[in-house]
Amino acid sequence: MTFRASWLGEFLKHSVLLAGAVVVLLPFYLMLSYSLKSPAEIESNTGGFVGAQEMMTDRRCLKAGNPPEDCEMRPIVYNYTAAFSEAPLLRYMLNGVFVTVSIFVIQVIIALPCAYALSKLRFWGRNVVFGLVIFCLLIPVHAIALPLYIMLAKVGLTNTYAALIVPWSISVFGIFLMRQFFMTVPDDLIDAARIDGMSEFSIVWRVMLPTAIPALLAFGIFSVVAHWNDYYWPRVVITGNRDLMTPPLGLRMFKSDLDGNEYGPMMAASTVIVMPLVIVFLLAQRRFIEGITMTGMK
Amino acid sequence: MAGITLRQVTKKYGTLSVLNGIDLDIADGEFLTLVGPSGCGKSTTLRIIAGLEAQSTGDVKIDDRLVNDVRPSQRDLAMVFQSYALYPHLTVQQNLMTPLRMRDLNFWERLPLLGFLVPGRRAKMAQIEEDARKVAEALKIVPLLGRKPGQLSGGQRQRVALGRAMVRNPAAFLMDEPLSNLDASLRVHMRAELSELHRDLGATFVYVTHDQAEALTMSDRMAVMMDGDLLQLGPPDEVYEDPQDIRVAEFIGSPKMNILPGESDANGTITCLGLTLDEGLATPQPGKVSVGLRPEHLHVQPRETAECFSGRLTYKENLGSDLFLHLEMAGVENKAVIRAKPHEVDFAAVGETVWFKAESGRMRVFGTDGKRVALTAPDTKRKVG
Ligand SMILES: Nc1ncnc2c1ncn2[C@@H]1O[C@H](COP(=O)(O)OP(=O)(O)OP(=O)(O)O)[C@@H](O)[C@H]1O
Ligand SMILES: [Mg+2]
Repeated sequence: MTFRASWLGEFLKHSVLLAGAVVVLLPFYLMLSYSLKSPAEIESNTGGFVGAQEMMTDRRCLKAGNPPEDCEMRPIVYNYTAAFSEAPLLRYMLNGVFVTVSIFVIQVIIALPCAYALSKLRFWGRNVVFGLVIFCLLIPVHAIALPLYIMLAKVGLTNTYAALIVPWSISVFGIFLMRQFFMTVPDDLIDAARIDGMSEFSIVWRVMLPTAIPALLAFGIFSVVAHWNDYYWPRVVITGNRDLMTPPLGLRMFKSDLDGNEYGPMMAASTVIVMPLVIVFLLAQRRFIEGITMTGMK
Repeated sequence: MAGITLRQVTKKYGTLSVLNGIDLDIADGEFLTLVGPSGCGKSTTLRIIAGLEAQSTGDVKIDDRLVNDVRPSQRDLAMVFQSYALYPHLTVQQNLMTPLRMRDLNFWERLPLLGFLVPGRRAKMAQIEEDARKVAEALKIVPLLGRKPGQLSGGQRQRVALGRAMVRNPAAFLMDEPLSNLDASLRVHMRAELSELHRDLGATFVYVTHDQAEALTMSDRMAVMMDGDLLQLGPPDEVYEDPQDIRVAEFIGSPKMNILPGESDANGTITCLGLTLDEGLATPQPGKVSVGLRPEHLHVQPRETAECFSGRLTYKENLGSDLFLHLEMAGVENKAVIRAKPHEVDFAAVGETVWFKAESGRMRVFGTDGKRVALTAPDTKRKVG
């Protein structure tokens, strides 16, 4: 291959990749930018990324009967204070943390022994059970949402944390992922643990869990991201009680509160909600990528 | 310390029979080697003794206690694996302490955090640490105590695995090819060290290997297995000198025993490649036999004499102290191998014919079923082969 041809090839490749990156990043860029700018700048689409940050007047503040000089503030301050004051954003975020962490912990507690049995114990019907696990992977949540909702309603669990957590406590994806990882753990290690006197449950928690940390991290990211961002299920089961709302649900409620087209505070709220995930990802980036490549699901 | 007894142990995986009735008595304090080619069922036998695998039929006894239904940890055995199987997330010290923690601490004391609140745990942990340290000192791995297995060389991991087996002072040690992942020189060194360890501990060792050199050098007795059968059990020199089965004869010894086709007549006289041998069958039975001769019992003759075997030299394998001559012989499937001192066979050149004789009284004869057949004493009236 000549230098020219390969140069051209590289150029084409990179243009396609760049175009893809723009498509993915543009909404994110707009969200950040809108959360910094004043309503006027958003409407007229001026001011670049951060806007001019000129002093503006908070109309709600005026309505509340405050003197005009107390209601002067920078757009960025306005947007973010509005985000936190107009809706109990902090409460939503704490709900989100509680729900996602509980889901993940329970998923791990259930998935690890299952995965261990499916990968390392020989019992009658093991392959059938594993086949069922794969089968369950194919069922979309939306298909079973209604029966699930009815069941929860029958036992009176709608509008509780349990309604948000219990349906997700068994993750077939987690079982499948951990089973694939456990298949790579040498049998000798388990036999050594048995000879050392560990029970099967001890083996799961004392040997398999520590060796599976990278895979667990990968699974953790999938699980936490999915349930932190989930809008559909909380929307179904949390109907009245606003104290139980998770961030995405809260965001929607929040929009209906604001008058007109005040995108600034809403985008500020969105930014606040995605930030924890972005920060966690940046911190754990290397382990995360290790985990994903190692589990072979690129 | 304990003796181990296997009675008619069989193992089947589905329809595949892996062990066909193994009877084995392992004496207290003995170093017994299970040796055989790959896939013959050595590991399976060891795992059945350990309790990691359940036998299909038959009994396993440890110190006359029937242990068929006893969990591995309750059998008071320790095992060293070929892959070492150290806990990758624990330091060497924690690896050494694990068997003791599992044995000496109760459920509450083992719990993370909560365990610290249980009274008496401190003293137990101190004792455990002390025991682990003693073993580390004996194996000279004290400087490694803080490292993780991933930061150790193969030889060091091997020691840690040994240490983890030793801390509990088990009744017997089971080892499954513990040296096969080491390089050649370290392997020879560790052989000596394991023998020494066996002497010091006085414990029963059951050692699995497919390396006959390990079996011959280390064991008190060796059990040769093949295709799920135990073919011969005895001290290494006995197995080497008096193989009872042609498969044992061929498996033990390197280079392997030469097998020449022979025929016996109604008087028991054996002819082999046109020569009449000086020993005959003790119970005459006409038919085909296989004549086994070890390479070191064949002697090259400088020139053709009467009653000599001959073959065309195809390859001279020089090992420095010894020289192996590979010969192509008419009527013999495999190449015959002669062991000689280099200076004795200067004259032999590749491609030329070489004449050789067998040492009297050294041949081992096997019937068509592969079993050894007894011979009469060398008979001077018969011709020397
Ligand atoms: N779980 C299993 N299912 C079916 N067959 C098995 C199983 N485990 C072992 N085998 C078979 O049993 C036979 C004996 O295996 P084993 O591991 O005891 O051999 P080995 O003598 O230890 O060989 P090596 O020297 O290669 O370790 C082999 O033919 C093997 O294929
Ligand atoms: Mg084996």
